[in-house]
Amino acid sequence: MATRADITSGLAEILEEVAGVSPDDVAEEKSFTDDLDVDSLSMVEVVVAAEEKFGVKIPDNEVQNLKTVGDAVSYIEANH
Amino acid sequence: MSSTDVVVTGLGATTPLGGDVASTWDALLAGRSGVGPLTQEWAAQLPVRIGAHLAVDPSEVIERVKMRRLDRSEAIALIAAHQAWADAGLADSGLDPERLAVSLGSGIGGATTLLNQDDILEASGPRRVSPHTVPMLMPNGPAAWVGLELGARAGVHSMASACATGAEALSLGYDLIRAGRADVVLAGGTEAVIHPLPIAGFASMRAMSVRNDEPERASRPWDKARDGFVLGEGCATLVLERADHAAARGARVYARLAGAGITSDGYDIVQPHPQGLGGIRAMTMALRDAGLSGTDVVHVNAHATSTPVGDIAEIHGIRKAIGDHPVLTSTKSMTGHLLGAAGALESIATILAIRDSIVPPTINLDDPDDELDLDVAALKARPMEIPAALNNSFGFGGHNVALLFTRV
Repeated sequence: MATRADITSGLAEILEEVAGVSPDDVAEEKSFTDDLDVDSLSMVEVVVAAEEKFGVKIPDNEVQNLKTVGDAVSYIEANH
Repeated sequence: MSSTDVVVTGLGATTPLGGDVASTWDALLAGRSGVGPLTQEWAAQLPVRIGAHLAVDPSEVIERVKMRRLDRSEAIALIAAHQAWADAGLADSGLDPERLAVSLGSGIGGATTLLNQDDILEASGPRRVSPHTVPMLMPNGPAAWVGLELGARAGVHSMASACATGAEALSLGYDLIRAGRADVVLAGGTEAVIHPLPIAGFASMRAMSVRNDEPERASRPWDKARDGFVLGEGCATLVLERADHAAARGARVYARLAGAGITSDGYDIVQPHPQGLGGIRAMTMALRDAGLSGTDVVHVNAHATSTPVGDIAEIHGIRKAIGDHPVLTSTKSMTGHLLGAAGALESIATILAIRDSIVPPTINLDDPDDELDLDVAALKARPMEIPAALNNSFGFGGHNVALLFTRV
């Protein structure tokens, strides 16, 4: 069972790979669009990579609710 | 000069011979070949295992995350366009974006993106296909990216006329300025399709050289032992500018684009007309457009790709349209054939030949074809005064484009 910290650091790896976000900038309170400059197409890549990494399904209608890194961590924690 | 004259004020290129114009030009004058073996695993099964890769990979210039969103043909278009832009001194010039257009095409476009994403689709399913796929593979992608980064608002145009694309894109840029629709046009061609599928396709047509043991000697226009073209990748861009606009800002002018001719063969989808009739009409049209006669043109940068039929058809055409006096060269002997970028890169070679009073060599012309009855700068560069020179480009589909450049 991955901890919230494990999931956060897994997301940080994906964000670095896909969008060039520095892992040091990734924290639960950060907004993907406003703080980390992840645009909509990159967010699609982040979601697909996260599905693969954590073995979850993140439906498109769920993605719009994932405003912050913490939102994504909570979703993955609850569904994987 | 009149207000509708068009001049060249900036050059940019990334080619098999160098990552910029200066290094490419040095290599051309030195007679260096950019052709090498294809060492990729996929090449082993192909009949053609040679090609002209970029001297400087775009990933050395553009950062990794941005590269993920760019087809290779788009990445190198951005690199060459920014070079030309800086070279023209337009970076902080206050140019009105509504007077800036882009005319930049590709012969094949984002084919490698299409093929790579199809591999992903087959192996992992549709959800894994990159959301960047469409803007990466669309044929207008290179022009659109360049327009976006330079802030062009007078239209972004993407030509496609196979191996005549780069030249036709310059011709459109020339027309946009003459029609008063833009003061400055960033124009050129880009191509990056060193991938097994396009190579297999060209090889099946028997259009490519299979001199796999001697890559540097494979591209040999007009030589008796020529056996097809060598595929190259690269991008070349030129800044075209209304002459009085350039003069008003004190821009350095390389040459004048004095005339253009575009025709279509109406003969065959891939074979050139055996007497080169479409090419003759294009060259004649360019002369008329420039108000010059054949005797004024002392140098021709020929299309000559190193194929058995095309090279000689062009010779007949040049003799007929220009005369028996011009000194020819085929820089494809060194760069390989850059398809949609060829006409733009060879226009740069033509312009620098005018500027430096020297014709770059045609390497590998060891044993000239019996039907080659015009003077070629064979093996060594030829110093000579060049007041006016012509660049020919022909493409599958029967496209013929001739561009005439003159010294300013």
